[in-house]
Amino acid sequence: MAYSFPEEVLEYVFAFLSSDKDRNAVSLVCKSWYEIERWCRRRIFIGNCYAVSPQIVIRRFPEVSAVKIKGKPHFADFNLVPEGWGAYLYPWISAMARSYPWLEEIKLKRMVVTDESLELISKSFKNFKVLVLSSCEGFTTDGLASIAANCRNLRELDLKESEVEDLSGHWLSHFPDNFTSLVSLNMSCLGSEVSFSALERLVSRCPNLKTLRLNRAVPVEKLPSLLRRAPQLVEFGTGAYSAEIRTDIFSNLVEAFSGCKHLKSLSGFWDVVPAYLPAMYNVCSRITSLNLSYATVQSPDLVELISQCPNLKCLWVLDYIEDAGLKALSSYCKDLQELRVFPSDPYGAEPNVSLTEQGLVTVSAGCPKLQSVLYFCRQMSNAALIAIARNRPNLIRFRLCIIEPQAPDYLTLEPLDTGFGAIVEHCKQLRRLSLSGLLTDRVFEYIGTHAEKLEMLSIAFAGDSDLGLHYVLSGCESLRKLEIRDCPFGDKALLANAAKLETMRSLWMSSCSVSYGACKLLGQKMPRLNVEVIDERGPPDSRPETCPVEKLYVYRTVAGPRVDKPDFVWTMDEDAALRLS
Amino acid sequence: MEVGVMKMVNMLSHEAQGKKEKLDLKETELRLGLPGTDGEIMGKNLIMNYNGKRGYQETVDLKLNLSGMDQTDHHKEKNLQKEKTPAKAQVVGWPPVRSFRKNVMAVQKNGSEETTDKAGMGGATFVKVSMDGAPYLRKVDLKMYTSYQELFDALGKMFSSFTIGMIDFMNESKLMDLLNGSEYVPTYEDKDGDWMLVGDVPWKMFVESCKRLRIMKGTEAIGLAPRAMEKCKNRS
Repeated sequence: MAYSFPEEVLEYVFAFLSSDKDRNAVSLVCKSWYEIERWCRRRIFIGNCYAVSPQIVIRRFPEVSAVKIKGKPHFADFNLVPEGWGAYLYPWISAMARSYPWLEEIKLKRMVVTDESLELISKSFKNFKVLVLSSCEGFTTDGLASIAANCRNLRELDLKESEVEDLSGHWLSHFPDNFTSLVSLNMSCLGSEVSFSALERLVSRCPNLKTLRLNRAVPVEKLPSLLRRAPQLVEFGTGAYSAEIRTDIFSNLVEAFSGCKHLKSLSGFWDVVPAYLPAMYNVCSRITSLNLSYATVQSPDLVELISQCPNLKCLWVLDYIEDAGLKALSSYCKDLQELRVFPSDPYGAEPNVSLTEQGLVTVSAGCPKLQSVLYFCRQMSNAALIAIARNRPNLIRFRLCIIEPQAPDYLTLEPLDTGFGAIVEHCKQLRRLSLSGLLTDRVFEYIGTHAEKLEMLSIAFAGDSDLGLHYVLSGCESLRKLEIRDCPFGDKALLANAAKLETMRSLWMSSCSVSYGACKLLGQKMPRLNVEVIDERGPPDSRPETCPVEKLYVYRTVAGPRVDKPDFVWTMDEDAALRLS
Repeated sequence: MEVGVMKMVNMLSHEAQGKKEKLDLKETELRLGLPGTDGEIMGKNLIMNYNGKRGYQETVDLKLNLSGMDQTDHHKEKNLQKEKTPAKAQVVGWPPVRSFRKNVMAVQKNGSEETTDKAGMGGATFVKVSMDGAPYLRKVDLKMYTSYQELFDALGKMFSSFTIGMIDFMNESKLMDLLNGSEYVPTYEDKDGDWMLVGDVPWKMFVESCKRLRIMKGTEAIGLAPRAMEKCKNRS
């Protein structure tokens, strides 16, 4: 007996499903649910811009209002992906301009965005509200001017850590005088000075402004004027935080900060003059997020500041904080969830600060809610890692960078296998892990066996043989992204676990031992993967088949081979042999 | 396929030797890059990027004035600590610190130290240099030089294949030649977006306000010439 449940009701119910996973599950139930769901999905997330094409997306989801797209592989952040590799936004915008006239939100990560694209965005989507460009590149401040001038309902413009060609600060002055809808502006990555009076007026006329992250060019003396016009700010990023020491500047700052009763997040702090840090103390008790990763301030000043922030949940800081500062952190900030410690002198041969594994151990012991860690240091021991694992089984993200590649346990000179093994064994919810130090195949056995929830794994200068890679690919049930550099992993493990690659978003291997022949074989075996060889030495065919490729990027896709490849990328598939000859 | 053989390709050491063994085609390979920048002239920071692509560190260290500049100017970016410790071979993308962080740190660190060498030498101020008629642009670090003359020498060498000769800016008779249109004139775009003739303001002020350089053909610079003439007269 068939009963029909009105579509409208189903649609109404589906509207409560926000997670893509749930929506995907729903669309698999039956054909009619698939149809209903696809017509009412408004938000799309594309984790790899080459996994699908704009046409396919538009065909399936005709009424989309928010799009999030990721482009280049993560190692592009460290210059491992050559310039001109791809991830161009334009084809997406040009297709969406025709099909999604009511698109409101575009969030991008590691895409190449041109001024042309930005202009097209600004002119095609009448109700455009949110533009987030995270680690993007390819555009200039002229493109920003188009957005400012044409997007009448813009709420959010966040340039995160993009590389913008800064032609001038004039773009900000393109926001029309009757433009009042701004809620969030992050221009911290820009170099040029914007017209301060234009900025002041903009801030004054946007009553809903909650996030304002200035760039370095805004001097500290000018901050009070902005803060006074936006006492409702929740997130604020200063510019250069330095000036000659004058009491009037100081007291203006104190007053201005005091007026901001809703401030929760602070960032900026380039060129910090420590004497000006206390100007913020009045707001520190409410602060939950502090980004001091540009603040070249010594440990005692950092400790003083941190001791004022008992509600701190997230701290990004330079290793100037040292072990002593981390000890203070662990005693003052019991709510801490995320800690990132960046190196002040990553290329120095000798340590320039007294920051060791001890600092991290102390924080892991003292901060019961700590779940996310990024830590650069110069020495580590298995004992420390085991302690951290036992202290903090609730860790979700653990990224450790021991600066010297293949550094052993400094106490025992052994590999750090058991230490990282303890991490994956105790931290059962671990989703992201970055390894470093001296590691043998053994650590991968631990990871493959225990890291059941692990989604992203980053490996560098580790392992002894294919066995290491095999352990990971044959275990790690939840693995989505695997990125490997400079490891002796080769053909056997890759070919033996080819099927695994279809369950993952992507695999990156550079400076490993994967031969061209194996890449060809993989491409032939797995038609639903794009197996791409990146090699700047010229066509792989011009070298023996056993020659290892420079870089390999493998990802699942429904869009077939890329059509926009540069001349140093080759797709391995059945036609590969034909095309390369 | 024998993995053992692959192991010989010493993955874990990025010594230049290792790279050469792996890649005996290095000499003949096609690469994009500035001439003469194979890594030999890097001095302290030997960049192991064998395929010739520039990592960030290499860009910063690259003394774009390829001739004439003292090796002692290598001190510019290095903090004093590094001079005491032996040079380390550096690997592309390791440690995994993003470029914008490295940029920020380099500038601030040098700014906060008391450097006895040339004032204002902290950090780098790269600006694009275009020359009318040249097929591609170059970049120079203005902080590398301490006077206009040094800059002109460098630019002259950089574009020597394209110019007959850089204008001797301080020379009135050469300025007369300018009006014939056979010479080139350096101009720059300042912070306000205006195009100015190089040389009017004190050197340091110029470094701070210059956003990009353009070496204009004399014929296009006619409008700028009168001020230059005046200036020349004032000097002589």
